[in-house]
Amino acid sequence: MAATRFRIWRQEGAEGEGGYRDYTTEVTEGMVVLDAVHQIQAESANDLAVRWNCKAGKCGSCSAEVNGNPRLMCMTRMSDLPTDRPVTVEPMRAFPVIRDLVCDVSWNYEVKKKIQPFEPRPPDAEDGTWRIAQEDVERVQEFRKCIECFLCQDVCHVLRDHHLHDEFVGPRFFVYNAALEMHPLDTGDRLSALKQDEGIGYCNITKCCTKVCPEHITITDNAIIPLKERVVSEFYDPLKKLFRVFSGGSAA
Amino acid sequence: MEQTPYEYDVLVIGAGGAGLRAAIEVSAAGASCGVICKSLLGKAHTVMAEGGMAAAIGNVDERDDWKVHVTDTLRGGQYLSNPKMAEIHAREAPARALELEAWGALFDRTKDGRILQRNFGGHRYPRLAHVGDRTGLEMIRTLQDHGIHHGIDFHMEYTVFRLLLDDGRVAGALAYDRERGRFRVYRAKAVVLATGGIGRAFKITSNSWEYTGDGHTLAYDAGADLIDMEFVQFHPTGMVWPPSVRGILVTEGVRGEGGILLNSDGERFLFDEIPALYKDQTADSAEEGWRYVVGDRDARRPPELLTRDHVARCIVNQIKSGKGSPHGGVYLDIAWIKEKISNSEDHIRKKLPSMYHQFKELAGLDITKERMEVGPTTHYVMGGVRVDAESQMSTVPGLYAAGECAAGLHGANRLGGNSLSDLLVFGQRAGAYAAAFAKEHGDVRLDQASADAGIREALQPLERERGEGPYQIQYELQDLMQEKVGIVRVESELEQAVEEIDRLSERAKAVSAPGNREYNPGWHTALDLHNLLVVSEAVARAGLLRRESRGAQFRDDYPQKEEHFGKVNIRVARGADKEMVVEEIPVEPMSDELTRLVEEMG
Repeated sequence: MAATRFRIWRQEGAEGEGGYRDYTTEVTEGMVVLDAVHQIQAESANDLAVRWNCKAGKCGSCSAEVNGNPRLMCMTRMSDLPTDRPVTVEPMRAFPVIRDLVCDVSWNYEVKKKIQPFEPRPPDAEDGTWRIAQEDVERVQEFRKCIECFLCQDVCHVLRDHHLHDEFVGPRFFVYNAALEMHPLDTGDRLSALKQDEGIGYCNITKCCTKVCPEHITITDNAIIPLKERVVSEFYDPLKKLFRVFSGGSAA
Repeated sequence: MEQTPYEYDVLVIGAGGAGLRAAIEVSAAGASCGVICKSLLGKAHTVMAEGGMAAAIGNVDERDDWKVHVTDTLRGGQYLSNPKMAEIHAREAPARALELEAWGALFDRTKDGRILQRNFGGHRYPRLAHVGDRTGLEMIRTLQDHGIHHGIDFHMEYTVFRLLLDDGRVAGALAYDRERGRFRVYRAKAVVLATGGIGRAFKITSNSWEYTGDGHTLAYDAGADLIDMEFVQFHPTGMVWPPSVRGILVTEGVRGEGGILLNSDGERFLFDEIPALYKDQTADSAEEGWRYVVGDRDARRPPELLTRDHVARCIVNQIKSGKGSPHGGVYLDIAWIKEKISNSEDHIRKKLPSMYHQFKELAGLDITKERMEVGPTTHYVMGGVRVDAESQMSTVPGLYAAGECAAGLHGANRLGGNSLSDLLVFGQRAGAYAAAFAKEHGDVRLDQASADAGIREALQPLERERGEGPYQIQYELQDLMQEKVGIVRVESELEQAVEEIDRLSERAKAVSAPGNREYNPGWHTALDLHNLLVVSEAVARAGLLRRESRGAQFRDDYPQKEEHFGKVNIRVARGADKEMVVEEIPVEPMSDELTRLVEEMG
């Protein structure tokens, strides 16, 4: 390969006015976008801010938008990108920029704190352990693969375009809810929070989140839709509604 | 430069498995707790751990118990471990694993629904609780999701660069914020170091940028002892191609599931190199090795599951003798199991999902069909802060260490899977004892003058307008450590390394990283240099003093084990004139019960 052109977003502080700057660097065999960004940082932009850690797709730190697509920079091979035009690298757009490619994702950490934590049923055996079938484990393991890169949050139009951060928790936290709700040991009930505080109704299942997930979690079909169904049967089932009226429970 | 300090009973530095487990214990004890981490929460290096967590629960083979585990650990560590720590670890690991399950972790299961355990190098029985090949992620996420409901304050993307003392006792820390370059002063009655390792001192490593020996150096600078620094674990299987991914870990789980190592002639070379200590426990034939993989209790383990130090050295020998693969490694083959099982491709994808994706996406290679190319990569440091076995307190009052930055459990070589359990067992203990220490001992005084001096010193690279940049020194150090303090060592080269590190340290004192304080990676590297240089010097000097080959240290000029060195650890500490003092100290004595166990189990 050879000299490759890049357009990288530069911005100083959340209030600063950002813009693209052009860079050129030599791309060699096997390089990923993160390597190129680091090389540019070393050669011609010493103060270019980029967040990264494991460089193996396991920690979910180096999320960005590469040629407009939400990607982990460490798992995007240069050889898979077109070379006839500059490679554009910019921060995730659903969150405020701190500097350059680094954005402030602290909102996600606040959201998670509000979700009802795991609460197991009493142990099954006298020695304090549980018995769980492998197939029940596997159903939830898909959700537990999440590396919290927040690319699904970035691409979700409810957050990205409509900025409903106060009313909607985003795909990452529907996956988190699903992992808890379908956990074979959990006894919590998060359906009313999902409906009222977390805004699951706003999702109109366009599946953008599923498409960008680097862990290939089938977010929409396996997490969000089943949760929506549970919410519907809990709150809109006519028999349940009637039951609640007679039992004095609060109607939804 | 007066700043309002953040105040806690216990300050935990690092938010990997050990730091999070310590913090949970601190807050459970009713003490206030702050956690400082260099990255975002949940991104620490624990997330990279793949294979599993060693705990003698005995679900797969009921012959396993803590007694077998402790003897495996001591043998793996070539009898240089602190025996008391090895015993505590083996006894308490099962409870720590089960507790994780009570907090929401979901391990793979046995047929009757209990936690499944897998084989790993140096463990006599299947012992590793695991979740496919992403056990570390499961563990860190479980601790994170549990910990955020415990009133712990998390200070993300802050780096600690100095510990503060009050009359010899630890009193707090100084940190800076990566994104904005602001300083913070912390006052605490006790401090737990949980900062991980030193891999970034080497050129080829599986470690991320965070692993710059921070905790080791913070402790050393504060006057604490380090031990066993000569023992750096080179994991036998890192990726070697393409160049940009060189060093990234390929889990031992591949070999646990039946993966075999081959040279360019297609020979399974490890069968020719079985060490005497493991002769009785190792398979005679490929056929017996496979029976072990599929759970035949009478079969012995294949030679690929010998300890990491040994396998790494054998790979180096193959490469040196011209039997390496095209990109300077050897072959690791899991695809071959198609000869043994019909649905091998699905099986591999299910058992090793992240390895499958890692090779598919980074190397364009399908491990269910093709052989991987692998070679040794700097992975783990057995050495670290010398701690009390029970409490994890260092030789500085109120300063604790747990996980990779502490030493004692692993001796000369760590067994795979003993790290995740180490984090939990000793993270929990460090947290409990640190909280108790904070309660028993009164308040500490924060020495404002020394805090101000620390901050001024940290600002110097920014203020020097002229001078060498930090990157060149870092690259030279990494090359030096890789070449002269690596897998095969010799006196003359170690001496050269010590001299060269001294010269690099002088250059580092005059380094310049001009620019502003907001996200200035050059400045961060300038501050990291001190840590990298201290741990590198410690590794080289300790390696020089240990004139023998044992565990992870292989000396070409002393290729055998020496009886004398089997009885000593190497202690590293700062002398009166700030020079590094290196000396032998006796290994902690073994209890009568343990001595008997070791004799019985061979």
